[in-house]
Amino acid sequence: MAETVQPIRPTRLMVAEGSILLLPRHIKLRHDAGRDAWVLLAPERVFKPDDTAVEVLKLCDGKRTVGDIASDLAERFQAPRDVILADIVQMLQDLADKGVVKS
Amino acid sequence: MNEITTGTHVTDAEPALACARAPVGLLAELTHRCPLQCPYCSNPLELERSNVELTTAEWQDVIRQAAALGILQIHLSGGEPTARKDLEDIVKVAAEVGLYTNLITAGVLLTKERLKGLADLGLDHVQLSIQDVDAANADRIAAYKGGAAKKHEVAGWVKELGLPLTLNAPLHRQNIDSLERIIEYAVEIGAGRLEVAHIQYYAWALKNRAALMPTREAFMKTVDIVNRAKERLKGILVIDFVVPDYYAKFPKPCMGGWGRGVMNITPSGRVLPCHAAESLPGMSFDNVRDRKLAEIWLDGDAFNKFRGTDWMKEPCKSCSRREIDFGGCRCQAFALTGDAANTDPACSLSPLHDEWAKVAGLESHETPPDFIYRRVGGAKVVEPAGE
Ligand code: SF4
Ligand code: SF4
Repeated sequence: MAETVQPIRPTRLMVAEGSILLLPRHIKLRHDAGRDAWVLLAPERVFKPDDTAVEVLKLCDGKRTVGDIASDLAERFQAPRDVILADIVQMLQDLADKGVVKS
Repeated sequence: MNEITTGTHVTDAEPALACARAPVGLLAELTHRCPLQCPYCSNPLELERSNVELTTAEWQDVIRQAAALGILQIHLSGGEPTARKDLEDIVKVAAEVGLYTNLITAGVLLTKERLKGLADLGLDHVQLSIQDVDAANADRIAAYKGGAAKKHEVAGWVKELGLPLTLNAPLHRQNIDSLERIIEYAVEIGAGRLEVAHIQYYAWALKNRAALMPTREAFMKTVDIVNRAKERLKGILVIDFVVPDYYAKFPKPCMGGWGRGVMNITPSGRVLPCHAAESLPGMSFDNVRDRKLAEIWLDGDAFNKFRGTDWMKEPCKSCSRREIDFGGCRCQAFALTGDAANTDPACSLSPLHDEWAKVAGLESHETPPDFIYRRVGGAKVVEPAGE
């Protein structure tokens, strides 16, 4: 069963400061009113993002870089940008590995 | 749906999210009709016939109720859900009310046009099952000629339409040697997720246990293969691995805990805490034809019977894992001990565990018997004609 095999194998997305990320169409970030909680709906999974993750995911719009997002959060939360950057790169890498964000 | 390790800031839906007032997921068995005859099918031995199935309007009403209740995801399953001619009308409403809509299919009845139609209506995800990558063996397992080739075609359409694809490969002694190729195949066809699930021995699988049970050595090899593949394919393919109870130390939390994570509705509208719950004696199950879904979930006898931990006996009662696995499977506990409130024999702390687990070692070393194929009536009874 190998006739229609795609020639290009997918590769792992490595998240860095310059990465521009977005949620694929089939991943849905939604506020659930009944539970008063944000949920991330994925194929056969429901994830529960914490407040930071929700803020970051809302900013993954396919335009901003991860660095832009870090700057934005650093300003809003008055926190050191490099600490935030390291934290969200790790978080987004984890989400990329789960297929929740793409470039 | 087993759990995966989660990283920073994002966790799998936690208990409070799961049971505050509604389950996260609804498993909708739209029909028990299926052209395939997998000997490990999780449907009950007594398959429901098409003349008792809920109507289109009844399913649509159930789906609206489910969304209002706070259910987030619907898994359209069966049998083969595409055997229902009104699948479109059902998907349409599910998408309209904002449920994350997942089609769990064997694929063989689909056409490209139909799949495109479903995608246009708002279908979010497709889970396609395969029996093996070896086509001849796959068709033998499903007792369906040409099935493997058709599934391959369907996988191509799913990708072409831009739908996310999960490949589901139930694993057992008669396809276990294909595991490496199954993983490779999942990457080749562009699946984002692969479910490698060792067979769980209920219903048809229990009947066919001796024909399906792998040896411990063969099982251990699969653990190793999957662990290496997970590392190698990080960010390319998410692999979820389900181990067989017989070779595990602790049981799985059946359905994420009884009356907690998921509810299951049968083709005729019976609402079950788990799809094998009908094997328990003395239980009554509400039907969506008689009661509202919210009432059934919150007040139904069947859901309250084993919800939480109050019903437990020792060793579960005082065990630190009681809110992790919820004492395992009630149906397995009943089948072996005669009391559904006992500890699942799959747990190494159950006094009956060793005796129960020994069966696997014995059966897996014998010549496998012929399959007892999944058929209405268990043999060759002809189904009544369609809707
Ligand atoms: S397990 Fe096989 S027989 Fe059962 S519903 Fe799925 S495809 Fe059909
Ligand atoms: S004793 Fe009960 S709660 Fe503890 S691990 Fe075993 S099944 Fe789970």
